[in-house]
Amino acid sequence: MNDRILHLHNCEAVALAAVPVLDFAVWREALINDIAEGAHLSSLFVYKNETQNFLCTIISIPQSRQLGISSCAIGDSYPALTPECPSAHWFEREIFEKNKIRPEGHPWLKPIRFLPDAENTDHPQIGVTDFFSMHGEEVHEVAVGPVHAGVIEPGHFRFQCHGETVYHLEISLGYQHRGVERAMLGGPHMRSLHYVETLAGDTSAAHTSAYCAIVEALSGSEVPRQAQLIRAIACELERMANHIGDLGGLATDVGFLPTANYCGRIRGDVLNLSALICGNRFGRNLIIPGGVRYAIETERRDVIKSRLGAIEKDLINAVPLMFETPSVITRFDGTGRLSAETAREIGLVGVAARACGLENDVRKDLPYGLYAAEAPEIVFYHNGDCYARGYVRWLEILSSIAYIRRCLEYCDNKEEYFTVCGNVAPEHIAVALTEGWRGEICHVAISDESGNFNLYKITDPSFHNWFGLALALRGQQISDFPLCNKSFSLSYCGHDL
Amino acid sequence: MIRILGSRLLQKHRTIEYPDGPVPQLSDRYIGRPHIVGHCLQGCTSCRDVCPVNAISLENDDVNLDMGRCLFCGVCAANCDSGVLSFSHNHRLAAARREDLIINRASPVRAEALNLLAQKLFHRSLKLRQVSAGGCNACEMDSNVLTTPAWDMGRFGIQFVASPRHADGLLITGPVSENMRLALEKTYDALLEPRVVIACGSCAVNGGPYADHPEANNGAAAIVPVDLYIPGCPPHPLTILDGLLRFIGIETP
Repeated sequence: MNDRILHLHNCEAVALAAVPVLDFAVWREALINDIAEGAHLSSLFVYKNETQNFLCTIISIPQSRQLGISSCAIGDSYPALTPECPSAHWFEREIFEKNKIRPEGHPWLKPIRFLPDAENTDHPQIGVTDFFSMHGEEVHEVAVGPVHAGVIEPGHFRFQCHGETVYHLEISLGYQHRGVERAMLGGPHMRSLHYVETLAGDTSAAHTSAYCAIVEALSGSEVPRQAQLIRAIACELERMANHIGDLGGLATDVGFLPTANYCGRIRGDVLNLSALICGNRFGRNLIIPGGVRYAIETERRDVIKSRLGAIEKDLINAVPLMFETPSVITRFDGTGRLSAETAREIGLVGVAARACGLENDVRKDLPYGLYAAEAPEIVFYHNGDCYARGYVRWLEILSSIAYIRRCLEYCDNKEEYFTVCGNVAPEHIAVALTEGWRGEICHVAISDESGNFNLYKITDPSFHNWFGLALALRGQQISDFPLCNKSFSLSYCGHDL
Repeated sequence: MIRILGSRLLQKHRTIEYPDGPVPQLSDRYIGRPHIVGHCLQGCTSCRDVCPVNAISLENDDVNLDMGRCLFCGVCAANCDSGVLSFSHNHRLAAARREDLIINRASPVRAEALNLLAQKLFHRSLKLRQVSAGGCNACEMDSNVLTTPAWDMGRFGIQFVASPRHADGLLITGPVSENMRLALEKTYDALLEPRVVIACGSCAVNGGPYADHPEANNGAAAIVPVDLYIPGCPPHPLTILDGLLRFIGIETP
């Protein structure tokens, strides 16, 4: 493996020149083998210098707790990886759409974001594509979105149905595309932090942690321990708030009003804890390159501790109730099932993967920040159905509460919580993975000779998981779609960027 | 069933008294309405220089802060050496006219009812269709939270509905990504008159962090006429609720 791939740790930067540039056939074979041996494809993208395009891969190797980078020079097209490596599916479609490099033989080569193109009036119109369709008697097609019935982001879902049964769901996104990766170029600049805070606005803490790790790695800056502590608290609070919201959402989707209502309220209590730390319910304006903007002094720490205790009590009363009510179990159990094998094949990450029994979590596999010193308890379940995806969230909430409690004991506002970052090293590449509440986040940055980004690649966990939702609907009842969708609870804007 | 009843007793009644009771207490670090006093040091441009979205303009040593552009990050105030610019805990930010979002030393704190038509027609029932046009999900979540028991805006007859055909107006979030332009236009066209539009959050008011992006449209007003602007990134649920209540003519403390 050694000269075909450059190993580095999570949140590390290396000289760009150190990245191996292989012959295409060697690169392709090595990647397929590494994935077959258990590595996970965290990112696959095209990097352009003045003369040449390169295909680059970032893989996670849990067995050695390392990342691997490699690349090859590429022309206008190449033999697609997807037929042998299904987890490359969505990445190759992105490459075709963004860089116009064609993966020959890709079984599903359609746009994923429908990038607006003012110059080319012939470009694909959003939502207009060759949806796979079924024909026959009593077969019907259901189209949902972009605007959905609830208060939720837009996306398009096309179901091929026979009676109530869904044979195929195709998900077509891109409605939320705002041009984040393009706007990150030339950074770090004044808006960089705001882009990463809002690219997936419910995951501000985890995405911003990844961005800051990138800048810190590229500038060789060491973040004070107190800042790592506060970052970890912010990320775990974010995990808790979103999981509580989702459990409430799952309850709503099966009409179980008690838990739906309690969770709707309790989520706000957790957001208010984030606001107590930094003034913002979504943890914004807190995490910055070099550390954090606010410390947690003793009185504040004590208030957080006491409120956390009250939240825990409310949750223990509100949530297990749902998992033990027969009418709920009957809706959750066996619905939207994904096998562990399929999950592994398509590169599923996060809660959805752990619900299938896959033991993937960046906090354990590639520890970063405070997690390198002490990790929370990582939880798994089995079955890969809606019950499992819900139950993993409950277990993670309990794990986060315990972890936050331990962290709070070390809060000390007399310790340093911020350091000034040096300059970004020129012609380096940095990779940062964090475990957002949905799953694995991957940021990759490459700096030019002036220390400005000439590549900033962001992969939200939803990028890996939307396809998992599409597969989970096969053979299910269409009326279970809201429940399945909520059990994955993916980000539209995090995907569209 | 006994367990369910038991849980109901333990969870208690949690709806806040507001607006009949006091404003709920916000975090001491909450960044609310900008507070501008006195004149700046001559030639100082510290606040304007650090604003990522050009929300600040300086005229004759007077600071003008456009809350519609503002992301409420607080960095400008942190950089103000003369104590002229700071942020208060005042959550009241909504305005009916775009120009009323621009704050300077002399700006009054507005608390008036915001829309006579809405007050007349929708005072006891305002049904809104939410459209996320490139929103990051924070404004969406903090609008949706108003339907949960602690806030319960259903008390005032304000509800989110499933179709524009059932709605009196739109609550728009996001800078209006180009890919959502047509969907937003169609949703607006499907509303029957009289109809209103509320732009919620910095993105919907002025593009937010995505201002001047070719992939987006600098907010809802570029596509549809807007009747209420609610600044913030995201606006606190209290800010949104205060805006909505004043919009339909309910007095707020």
